[in-house]
Amino acid sequence: MTDQSRIDIRKVTKLYGGVRAVNEVDLTIDGGAYCCMIGPSGCGKTTLLRMIAGHEIPSSGAIAIGGEDVTALRTGDRGTALMFQNYALFPHLSLTDNVAFSLRVRGQGADQRRAAARAMLERVQLRHLADRVPSELSGGQQQRVALARALITNPKVLLLDEPLSALDEFLRLRMRVELKRLQSDLGITFVHVTHTQPEAIALADQVVVMDHGLIEQAASPRQVYGRPHSPYVARFMGGQNVLAGKIEKVTGAVAVIAAPDGTRYDLIDASGLVAGAPVKFSVRRDRIALSDAATAARNAAHGKIVNIEYQGTFVKVSLDTGRGEEFIVYMDDDEYLAAPKEVGQVVYATWKPELNHFLRGTNDSAGTPHE
Amino acid sequence: MSGRSSGSSSPVAPYLQVAPLAIVMIAMVGIPLATVVLLSFWESDGISIYPAFTLANYREVLTSPVTLSLFLKTLQYAAITLVCTALIGFTCSYFLVFHVRDLKWQIGLFLLCTIPFWTSNIIRMVSWIPFLGREGLFNGFLVQMGLTSAPLDVLLYSDFAVILTYVHLYTLFMIVPVFNSMAKIDPNLVEAARDAGARPWQILCYVIIPLTKTGLALGTIFVVTLVMGDFFVVRVMSGGQSASVVSAMKNEIDQLYYPQASAMAVLLIMVVLLMVSAVLRIVDIRSELAR
Repeated sequence: MTDQSRIDIRKVTKLYGGVRAVNEVDLTIDGGAYCCMIGPSGCGKTTLLRMIAGHEIPSSGAIAIGGEDVTALRTGDRGTALMFQNYALFPHLSLTDNVAFSLRVRGQGADQRRAAARAMLERVQLRHLADRVPSELSGGQQQRVALARALITNPKVLLLDEPLSALDEFLRLRMRVELKRLQSDLGITFVHVTHTQPEAIALADQVVVMDHGLIEQAASPRQVYGRPHSPYVARFMGGQNVLAGKIEKVTGAVAVIAAPDGTRYDLIDASGLVAGAPVKFSVRRDRIALSDAATAARNAAHGKIVNIEYQGTFVKVSLDTGRGEEFIVYMDDDEYLAAPKEVGQVVYATWKPELNHFLRGTNDSAGTPHE
Repeated sequence: MSGRSSGSSSPVAPYLQVAPLAIVMIAMVGIPLATVVLLSFWESDGISIYPAFTLANYREVLTSPVTLSLFLKTLQYAAITLVCTALIGFTCSYFLVFHVRDLKWQIGLFLLCTIPFWTSNIIRMVSWIPFLGREGLFNGFLVQMGLTSAPLDVLLYSDFAVILTYVHLYTLFMIVPVFNSMAKIDPNLVEAARDAGARPWQILCYVIIPLTKTGLALGTIFVVTLVMGDFFVVRVMSGGQSASVVSAMKNEIDQLYYPQASAMAVLLIMVVLLMVSAVLRIVDIRSELAR
């Protein structure tokens, strides 16, 4: 099953006029994986999804599903099903006929296809509404119909275009769980386009972060979140502070970095770097200790508190370190309440040197940082 | 919102609000219609008309074989015109909506469709005569190309000319409502159908036509009522060789047989009403328009 639904994308480019919406992208999505493509709007994630679905033809490159080249195959013959952002249910058809639509165009008889559609509606718990039309349904119900309609042909790959964005927060979290469960039940590949970072991290086996038609990083959620490839990925996924400096000296794999304000940082994984080169590195926001008095000179930052937000399980403290980018610390709420801070107060942040993570990628754009 | 008369406490207010339209409708439609119905029961002798209550006019209209053939002829005109305008209207709208995606071009081309309407119906109709006549442009072209040896008589003063003129005059009444309901179709629906594996003709039959039927129904009502109510096009373009219900009515009026003409008019109104209500029965326009 799994190899049948593997997706291989090779050097795929999509041009719109002179604009490269997708630029020489290489990507392998394992069969049976849950893949989330994430990026700001206009980054090419939806175009890539639509090319997998066959609604767009790549300007160059090849796409294979289960080892079979489908680049020029018409949509509907390539074993994919696309679930649209606004669900695109047929307003003039009952739920049964909506779900049975793909069987109808394949020439299946009315009784047979309606029975299959009702069985599929049963599966998404909407059997009792089978004779209604879509406009009589709530958003969450419409989404389940769209899901049923997509799955009725037993696709090898289910493509979801921002499937949860039209739902309210409560329903979004519930559907997220349902999607994940459905995916593991069916064992087919899900490719899910989203712009919500927690959604990607919670659902995916593989997160693909895109920007300007390029894949910045394609890896497990843990890798993408904890070991971002570039300053852009670090900022876009959130959870990291991005710092900059120059390499002072390199000893084996360990480098010493000097920040513009003179603070020194130890970079453990610095192979291939030479002294004098400018570097960016990141440090996890939730692994930083804050204190009111200066404690260490290395692997530290200090600044005035500009904002404090209580987040339930942690407290988000924003510092102005005078380096342009806001420096954010997630403090454990118990720890914070033991020694509360005030806006305007100067505090000192320190962390262990092994937390400094070298950002090899060069994409330095701000993204839309998710807090 | 529900059931509350909009802020005003006076129970008369809603009646005052509908009064202007009601007065216009009663004066312009209600009274003339009532007069026609009343007149259809009167007597006449070709010189004058007399107040009475007789069913003789209806008996005459309903038993005359001429009436049946007139109605059949008119229905035939209406049916052929309807098929032609529906095909042209649907094709034009389809092109405008699904091929000309750019809104500016859509509006531009749509205005182009309306250019013929900047001049009067009569001029547009009459301008076919020099084109289609025996010595006309088209016959001249055919003869010169050697396609026919003699000019074709069927082009003008024939049923062909009548229907051609109807189609020319009334196609826009089909394009507008069809375009309107087609433009409301979410392009994602077409893509969803394609994603489900539908071929182009299946998308057309299973998605686009069902979602355009409100427009087709409205256009049908416009075209059918216009053709059923016409006498001028038939008279001019058939060269007096064909007659429709209304042109026959016009003859009776010219001969001062008002009651007979009124009885015919009442019959025509009933036939048209039946046709419209049949259309409305098939397509629930109210609920579809609210969509």
